[in-house]
Amino acid sequence: MAWTWFHRLASPPHVYALAARLTPWLAWPAAVLIIAGLYGGLVLAPPDYQQGEGFRIIYVHAPSAWMSLMVYVTMAVSAAVGLIWRMKVAHAVAASCAPIGASFTFAALVTGSLWGRPMWGTYWEWDPRLTSELILLFLYLGYMGLRSAIDDVRRADRASALLAIVGVVNVPIIHYSVLWWNSLHQAPSVMKLAKPEMPAGMLIPLLLMLAGFTLFFVALLLVRMRGEILNRERSASWIREALTG
Amino acid sequence: MNTSALQAARLVLARDLQLAFRKRAQFIQPLAFFAIVTTLFPLSISPELSRLREIASGVLWVAALLASLLALEFLFRDDAYDGTLEQYALSGQSLTWLLFAKTTAHWLLTGLPLALMAPLAGLSLGVPFTALPGIIAPIALGTLVLSLIGAIGAALTLGVRRSGVLLTLLTLPLAMPVLIFGAQATDSAIRGVSFAAPLYLLGAMAVLGITLAPLAASAAVRISLE
Repeated sequence: MAWTWFHRLASPPHVYALAARLTPWLAWPAAVLIIAGLYGGLVLAPPDYQQGEGFRIIYVHAPSAWMSLMVYVTMAVSAAVGLIWRMKVAHAVAASCAPIGASFTFAALVTGSLWGRPMWGTYWEWDPRLTSELILLFLYLGYMGLRSAIDDVRRADRASALLAIVGVVNVPIIHYSVLWWNSLHQAPSVMKLAKPEMPAGMLIPLLLMLAGFTLFFVALLLVRMRGEILNRERSASWIREALTG
Repeated sequence: MNTSALQAARLVLARDLQLAFRKRAQFIQPLAFFAIVTTLFPLSISPELSRLREIASGVLWVAALLASLLALEFLFRDDAYDGTLEQYALSGQSLTWLLFAKTTAHWLLTGLPLALMAPLAGLSLGVPFTALPGIIAPIALGTLVLSLIGAIGAALTLGVRRSGVLLTLLTLPLAMPVLIFGAQATDSAIRGVSFAAPLYLLGAMAVLGITLAPLAASAAVRISLE
């Protein structure tokens, strides 16, 4: 009985209603966090002693890059859940993750190259982290391409789930090989939580943005997932009740 | 009659090799493709050997990558058309082993000949004679990894019409590490320094690929046959 909440997650009508109820609870805090983070980062935080005002793009760049990886892992995990327990809803989650993740990856690439202009003097530098981000974008595109190439939804689900799992095994290999290939990017300075090299005035807005982006992703995922479920279950009888009643 | 998994795999390997010798043209095409692509670079960049030597490792690797990618389409296509693949899946034998045998046959027919032909292309790009082992060994290992990764992609796109571009999109991002370390190994050899470190990394990837890729490929074939 402790697991009933889990079993109910396998039922599309239940998840559809649950997602509708949860969305505002995630979207509003996300908006508040992002506005607070932006105010803190763009107005309150002191300019960087080396990079000046230009560093402020980190408040969009770093959370996007972080999300691009997190969404991929979320996608692969829900794909694995769908493949192993044959949960239709999990496949719907994975399918909704892909375009969101691709957008975050794209945003990270664009902000990264805009940042590169004042810092490196060029929009594009073949720097390892930008490059692995670019490869990640290709992985997302491959996933979406495979999904749209197969007409049968069930087969598309399972085939693309396998691809997502193969991809997630490969992501660390790609990441480290690109890192060894060429190192130019500044070393990560946020994840060393024990002794942050960033002053608190800069760090706190960044953490707010990270939390805000994460909530924003989940809210977006719920909205997309409802659309995905509607599309998949369009011939089911509960849909009519849910939409009219 | 009881056949063990290894025996069955050997039979599949022998069958694929025999079929390939009957249809030679199909397996000469990737080699010709490789030769043509490497010819494009001197024509488009410069005929000076000193300049070509600088980019030789990249040219060889990109050409080898594309050539073996081109050959991937043949890996399962004919067997999927005439139902052989379905019979493999139903045979009660381990599909993983059978696909591993098929992948090995594919590598013997495309990757290995590419690795043996690459030195010729290398010499024409001004690579010194002493660097040739640094072309053969990494390309042989690298194409093995490519065949293994590609088997997953080829199995996933089995039912898809005109799958060529999609197969490229699926396989190339996963193949980037092979390209990075392979080109690094060849480049080190051309510069006359030891290429052992990137070669070991390629070897590690090959071991990982041999262990995991056939499992994923057999799962993919079963999904595609559903």
